[in-house]
Amino acid sequence: MQQAPLLEVKDLACERGDHRLFSGLSFTLAPGELMQVQGANGSGKTTLLRTLCGFVQPVQGSVHWSGQDIGEWDDDFHAEMCYLGHLNAIKDELSALENLQMSAGLAGYTLSDQQAVSALRRMGLQRREHLPVRVLSQGQRRRVALSRLLVGDAHLWILDEPLTALDVGAVGLMQELIGEHLSKGGMTIFTTHQPLQVAGVQTRQLMLS
Amino acid sequence: MAINWFKYSAPSTFYGLAGKLIPFFAWPAVLLFAIGLYIGFFVAPTDAVQSEAYRIIFIHVPASILSMFIYLIMAGYAALGLIFNTRLSSMMAQALAPTGALFAFISLWTGALWGKPMWGAWWVWDARLTSELILLFLYLGFIALQASIEDPRRADKAAALLAIVGSVNVPIIYFSVKWWNTLHQGATIKMSGTSMHVAMQQAMFIVLVACWLYVIAVALARVRSIILERERNTQWVNELKEVQS
Amino acid sequence: MNRLSLFGLLGLVVRRDLLLAMRRRADVLTTLIFFVMVVSLFPLGVGPEPEMLRKMASGVVWVAALLASMLSLPRMFSADHADGTLEQMMLAPQSLSVLVLGKILAHWMLSGLPLALIAPVLGLQFDMSAQALWILVLALLLGTPVLSMIGAVGAALTLGLRGGGVLVSLLVLPLCIPVLIFGAGAVEAVNGGMSAVSNLALLGAFTLFALVFTPFVAAQALRISME
Repeated sequence: MQQAPLLEVKDLACERGDHRLFSGLSFTLAPGELMQVQGANGSGKTTLLRTLCGFVQPVQGSVHWSGQDIGEWDDDFHAEMCYLGHLNAIKDELSALENLQMSAGLAGYTLSDQQAVSALRRMGLQRREHLPVRVLSQGQRRRVALSRLLVGDAHLWILDEPLTALDVGAVGLMQELIGEHLSKGGMTIFTTHQPLQVAGVQTRQLMLS
Repeated sequence: MAINWFKYSAPSTFYGLAGKLIPFFAWPAVLLFAIGLYIGFFVAPTDAVQSEAYRIIFIHVPASILSMFIYLIMAGYAALGLIFNTRLSSMMAQALAPTGALFAFISLWTGALWGKPMWGAWWVWDARLTSELILLFLYLGFIALQASIEDPRRADKAAALLAIVGSVNVPIIYFSVKWWNTLHQGATIKMSGTSMHVAMQQAMFIVLVACWLYVIAVALARVRSIILERERNTQWVNELKEVQS
Repeated sequence: MNRLSLFGLLGLVVRRDLLLAMRRRADVLTTLIFFVMVVSLFPLGVGPEPEMLRKMASGVVWVAALLASMLSLPRMFSADHADGTLEQMMLAPQSLSVLVLGKILAHWMLSGLPLALIAPVLGLQFDMSAQALWILVLALLLGTPVLSMIGAVGAALTLGLRGGGVLVSLLVLPLCIPVLIFGAGAVEAVNGGMSAVSNLALLGAFTLFALVFTPFVAAQALRISME
C-alpha cells in the first residue's frame, strides 16, 4: 500500500559560505519509507538534514510537510519530527535518566522515571541509568541520545550518522528500532558510512554530488 | 505597469550606478564645504561672549547631527536587509557605519576643542557630549560584530539585529543621560542662540548639506568595494574592466 | 503521553540550568568572588575617606555588578551550543522565546540575584546607611534582570565567535547605561534626602519593557547564529 508522501522537497539549493553545495534537489518521502542520504565528505549531507529541520534557510526551493512549507508550520512541525545530529545533546553533569527526561521535556512532554528507565534498558544501559554521563563511553553516550527516539511519538526521524561509535549489537538494535518505526507508519531519513539494512524495507538512496 | 524597483537592488547593477553617481555628490560636497567654511570663518561676525572660539560649531554641530541621523539610516537599511533579505541594503548599512563613527568622533573631538576655552576643561560631562560618546560606542559595537563574523550573511543579520536594538535604545539612553545630567547640575552647552546671526545660520546649514553629500559619496564608494569583495567569485566582477587590468 | 504546558517548559528550563549550575558550582562562585573583589579594590585605589566612599558606593557596586554579569554572559548559551542541546531547543514544539526566557531567568538567579544579596555586606565596607542599603538591594533586584535580558541578546549574537567574551561586553555595556544611571541614582537620591521612587519605578519599567522584547529578539539572534 503506497501512501501519499508527507515530506516533499522541491528544487532545493543550499550554500555554505560562497560555496554551492547542491541545487535542484527534489524528492518525497511517504510513511513507511526509509531514505539514506549518500555523498562524499563535504557534499552537504548534514546541511541537507539541517535544512529539513529548518535551521538553515535554503537559497532556493522549499521543504513541505503535509503540503505546507515548514517555514509556515511554526513550531507544530517540530512536534512531528525528531532530529539527532552529530552532537549528542547530552550533559556530562547529568545522569542518563536526567538527560533523557530533560530531552523529553524540551521536546514538549513529560516522562515518568519508569518510562525513561525502560527506554534506557532497551538501549542496553542497564545499571547505568543513574551514573553521570561523564563516566560513560562514547558508544554509551550515543545510546543515551538514541533512547530519545524510543520515548517520542515523532513521525519523521532525521538521523545524522546515528551509528557513530556504536558496537555491532547496538547497530542491530538500531535496525530493529527503525524497522518498528517504519511499520508504525513512521519515516526515517539518515546518513551513515556504515551499512544499515532494515529487514523487509527497501532503503531508498539519495546521492549528493 | 509595474516598475521594477528591485532592479537596482541587485549588486551587479548597483555597482555601475553607484560609480556614475559618486561625482554628482562628491563635487558639490567639496564646493559647499568651501563656501560654508568661508562664510563661517570670514563672513560670520565674532560672537560677543565666546569670541572666535565659537567658530568650531560650524563643524561640531553638523557632525553631531549627522552622526545621529546616520545611525538611524544605518539601522533602517540593516532592518530592510534583515526583513526582505536584500543583500544591498545590508551592504549599505555596513558602508555607513564607519562614516557615522567618524562623525561621532569628530563631534567629540571638536566638542573637546571648544570646551577647553569655554569651560577650561577638555572634557565636561555634558549630556550631549556623553550621549555622543555612547553613540560612538554603539557604532564601534556594530562594526566590531560585523567584522568578527566571517560568514557575510550571518554578519549582516546579526549586525542588523544589534542596530535595531541600538536604535530602540538610543532615545532611552539619551533621556537617561539628560536626566542624570540635570540631577548632577552638570554643565550644559548653551549657544547665545536667540541672537544667532544670519551668516552663522547660513554657514552651519551649508556645511550640514556639504557633510550630507559627503556621506552619500563616501557610502557609495565604500559600498562599491564591499560589492567587489563579496561578489569576487562571480562572473560579472571578473568581467569588469578595472578588475581585468 | 503528557504534554508540557508553556509554563511547564519554562519551569523545566530554569530547573535544568539551576541543576547544571549546582553540579558545577565553581562558575557561579567565581562571578560572585569577582564582584566582591572589584568592589573591594576601589577603596584601595581612591583612599579610605568615609565621606568619599559613601558618596561613590552605589556607583561602584553598580559598575562592578555590570562587569560581573558581563563575565558570566558568554556561558549563557555556549555550553548548550557546544554539546548540541541548543539545536534540540530550537526544535522544541513550543516557541523558542519561552526557552530563552527560561535561560534568562536562570542566568539572573545565578548572577544577578546573588550579587543583590551580597551587596549589603559590601555596602558596609563603604559605610552606607541602613536606608541606603535597602534601596541598593531593591535597585539591584529591579535592575539586574535587565542586564541578563540585554545580555542574552548579546550572548546570542556572539555565539561561537572567536573573542566572543570581550565582544559581548562591547555590545552590551553601552545598552546597559540607563540601568546603571537609574540604579546608582536611586541610592544617591536617598542620600540626598529625596525619594528613590522615581528611580525605582523607571528601573521597573525598563525590566518590564525588556521582558516583553528581549526574549523574542534573543531567540531571533540565536536563529541567526545557528544557521
